[in-house]
Order: sequence, then C-alpha cells, then structure tokens
Amino acid sequence: MKILVAVKRAIDYNVKARPKSDGSGVELANVKMSMNPFDEIAVEEAIRIQEAEATTETVAVSIGVKQCQETLRTAMAMGVDRGILVETEEDVQPLAVAQALKAIVDKEQPDLVLLGKQAIDDDSNQVGQMLSALLGWSQGTFACGVELKGNSLVSVRREVDGGIQTLDLKMPAVITSDLRLNEPRYVKLPNIMKAKKKQLDTFTPDELGVDLASRIKVLTVSEPPVREGGVKVEDVNQLIDKLRNQAKVI
Amino acid sequence: MAVLVLAEHNNVALGGSTLNAVSAALEIGGDIDILVAGLDCSEVAKSASGINGIRKVICADSSCYAHSLAEDLASLIVKIAGDYEHFLAAATTTGKNVMPRVAALLDVGQISDIISVLSPDTFTRPIYAGNIIATVQATDDKKVITVRTTGFDAASETGGTAVIEMIEAAAESGLATFISEELTKSDRPELAAANIIVSGGRGMGSGENFSIIEALADKLGAAVGASRAAVDAGYVPNDYQVGQTGKVVAPDLYIAIGISGAIQHLAGMKDSKVIVAINKDEEAPIFGVADYGLVGDLFKEVPAMVEALDD
Repeated sequence: MKILVAVKRAIDYNVKARPKSDGSGVELANVKMSMNPFDEIAVEEAIRIQEAEATTETVAVSIGVKQCQETLRTAMAMGVDRGILVETEEDVQPLAVAQALKAIVDKEQPDLVLLGKQAIDDDSNQVGQMLSALLGWSQGTFACGVELKGNSLVSVRREVDGGIQTLDLKMPAVITSDLRLNEPRYVKLPNIMKAKKKQLDTFTPDELGVDLASRIKVLTVSEPPVREGGVKVEDVNQLIDKLRNQAKVI
Repeated sequence: MAVLVLAEHNNVALGGSTLNAVSAALEIGGDIDILVAGLDCSEVAKSASGINGIRKVICADSSCYAHSLAEDLASLIVKIAGDYEHFLAAATTTGKNVMPRVAALLDVGQISDIISVLSPDTFTRPIYAGNIIATVQATDDKKVITVRTTGFDAASETGGTAVIEMIEAAAESGLATFISEELTKSDRPELAAANIIVSGGRGMGSGENFSIIEALADKLGAAVGASRAAVDAGYVPNDYQVGQTGKVVAPDLYIAIGISGAIQHLAGMKDSKVIVAINKDEEAPIFGVADYGLVGDLFKEVPAMVEALDD
C-alpha cells in the first residue's frame, strides 16, 4: 500500500489576512506560514493507516515556492516517509495543482491520495475533486471516517449537509479530509531532527510536463464591509421589546 | 449564451438552494436550463419547471443518480455540456463535490462560492474565511461556478412553464457505491432556509443543556445551530455547525447563545440581518457584531426569554 498526501503552505490560521494597500493581492510579506490545517489532518490519517499496516509507504507532496520544503519537513516530522516538491514561483490555482499532482501520481502509482478538503487561504475546495476527475478515480470528499476493506475497497464516512453519508470507493481513490476525521499529533523534537535526514526530491513543472497557467484572474481583493456592533440591553424584556418593535424580526 | 443549473434534491422535493443558484443564473443572463438527475424524480422535475425564468428542465432518471454521486453526475453534465457557457450549482456539499470534477473534465478553472455577479465572467467571492473579498474573472470559455446561497435571493418557484426533456443516463462509472445515510431528523426548519436561527456554543456545557436552546427555537419557530466548539465537544451532530467550515447562513434573526465569536463562526453568520448575543463574558468578540447584546448567565436568561415570549 502506498499513500500520497498533498500539503499546502498557507497563511497560519491564527493570522488575520489583509489585502495589500493597492488591492492587488493578499499581504504575505512577514506573515507566519504553516501547513494548511485540513492537510495536517490528511497527513495524520495517512500516518495512522501506516501505523496499522506496517508495509504502507507514505509520501508527501507540495506545490509552490522553495519554502514549501518546510511544510514537507513538518509532514515528515509527523511520520511521513519522504517528500516531493514541485517548485514554482507562480501563483498556482486548483486546476494547476491537480495537474501537477496527477503527474506525481503517474510517477508514484499510489493506492490512495489524501488531501485536505480545502485550503484556508483561497477556500476553493476543488483540488481533490479535480485530481480524482483527471485520474478517472473515485472520490470521497469531506471525510470524517476512513476504513480500508481489503486491498481494493475503502469505506468513507462523509459530512454532508443533512448528516453523514457512507460510501464504498474502489481503490485507487482520492479522499479529502474534513475537520473531525482525526486530531493531528504534535511533532516531537527528535522527530524534527530525523525528518531533516529524510529524502526530499524536487521537480520543476517543466520536468513533469505540466502547464501551471492561471485560468482565473484575480482583479482586486478588498476587506468586506465592517459590521458595527450595536447596543447592550439590560434584560430579556428589553431585548424582546427591541426585537419586536425596533428590529421587527419576531 | 446558455446556463445550466444543477438541481439539488432528494428525489422527492427540490432543494431550496437551487432557487438561489437560479437567481445567480438570471443575473448572468441568457437561456437557463435546469438539470434534474435522480431516481424516480419526476416530482422534482415538475417543481423545477415551475421556477420563473427557466427555458427547460432536463431530466435524467436512473438508479446511478439516486444519491447524487459526483462521479456519475459529473460525467452526465460533461456529456450534455455542448453549447452551455455557464454551469452553476449551489455551494452545498453536493455542489462542492460535483462541480470541480466537472471543471477538471472540461479542462477549465472553477470559481467557488460566488456572492455576486458583476458581469457574465466576473464575480466576487469570499476568501480567507470571509475576511477578504476577491473580485475574479474567468478566462476560460466555459465557466463552472458554485453559488453561495446567502449571496442571492431565492428565485420565484411559480410562474414558470418550462418544458421537461427526458434524456438518457450517461454510462455508469461504478467507481463508488452508496452504502448508507444517517440524516438528522427534525421537525424544525432547515438551517439554510430558516428565518430565525438560535445557536449554542461551548458555553452550553453539554448536549442535554441544548434543550434550553431548543425550547427557545420552538417558541420562535426557529432552526437550531451550533458553533464548531459545541460540535467538536460532541454536544450536537456536525450538520448543526454554522461557520466557515460548516453552513453559511443569513437569516433575519440570529441568536448566538454561549458563543464567543471565533472568526470561523462569524464567517458563517455575519450576514444575518439582526444578530443577538447572550454571553456571560462581556469582552466576547461576538458582541462586536451583535446588534443587541445581553451580558448574563445563559442558563438564567434563555429560560427567562422563553417565559417572557409567552406574555
């Protein structure tokens, strides 16, 4: 069994993103970057499968700038065996990421690809589905439970709008993680040291024969209108009076 | 120019979110067709044909569409893609599951969660959990889009007289098999469609204590929601979650009880018309967006509110 897990370097979830003053993009200079939290959950899931089945190999992939090496080292410190970076300075959009991942899948021939359901920067929620389409594979998005059924089938519990849906997917399959799939482990210092010695290969998009051109132009970015706080009320009677007679919503 | 809208449904009734997606399609302009793919879904097709402004309903009735699996829906949409320039679906878990797959098969980009239409190729959408609004332009010939339902009013369900055209199913992929569904049953309105929502957070302390929220919700005819903290703590099921990673809602009245107001929760409800916060911590960020704030113990204030509403 081989598992490929895709990780994105994104703005840290504790940082409030701001537009650049000219509105041309989001300010990323001197901003703390981390692994996209949903991808961390995907990494954790890959490692748990590996821990249950010792013969499993896990490989992390990232697409982006040189500093994505740090994101890959984090995945390796969590327990992933090795890393692959597709290095580019371009702003890569979901379809381009899916195409680059497909090229890596063609090389590595994994049984499963795990990804976060979305990145917390562009909030697209597309790459897993696109990769699955390009490969002609099955997909299990928004997963909150993953269970292998032998070598050819994987059962996925999915968080859908009305509750939980369970699907059996033919392998190979693409699975994207939702929040409640697992709780990622903390990385221990000795493992950070060990991760530095693990194999990390780098490819350029040209070497993989993929075109990362943007399909969607970002014209401007801006802050949404700010919602002003209102008033404090003294008690529930005053609250109900305001809702009935001022806001007229009940 | 023509737009294809994917209908959201459960084979019995048309999902309300479809009407919001149709509104976005009307703003884009051109002929608008609705695709109803399901099993024994003729009632859904009939409802769809009544929506105002629709040219025709395309209906594919086959067991492979019974559960809206992405693999089969996407190949059907691609099969009939022909002359359509726009492909729209509501940004529900179904729409988000299917549309990126359609885009990749058509070799085009996809635009997620639009909240406004500026022109047929230019849209706005929230990024970074709604902290930033991006204005984006699609450069591909075909545009595949998901629509955030709170960004568009529902189109009228009546007045339309669209024809229903039955089509053959596409070849079944056989990649995924539906096993089961555990849907939360409730007599209360759906979160996405409710005019009033009462939500509880970590401050509720337990799942049993949510009965206080439910009592208030029933008094107001409201839906019940929750913050991610309350869902993570196991108080309520995941489909109650309002927030960036849960449901995005914009009711007339949103009452946040024992919810501190984390950014990710605010992203899911800050477009509500009127927001009420009840919290014992007067420094809680939720008061920063609330029109009416009540600082106090929710276990005292909420039952008092239920009682006062009786008067």
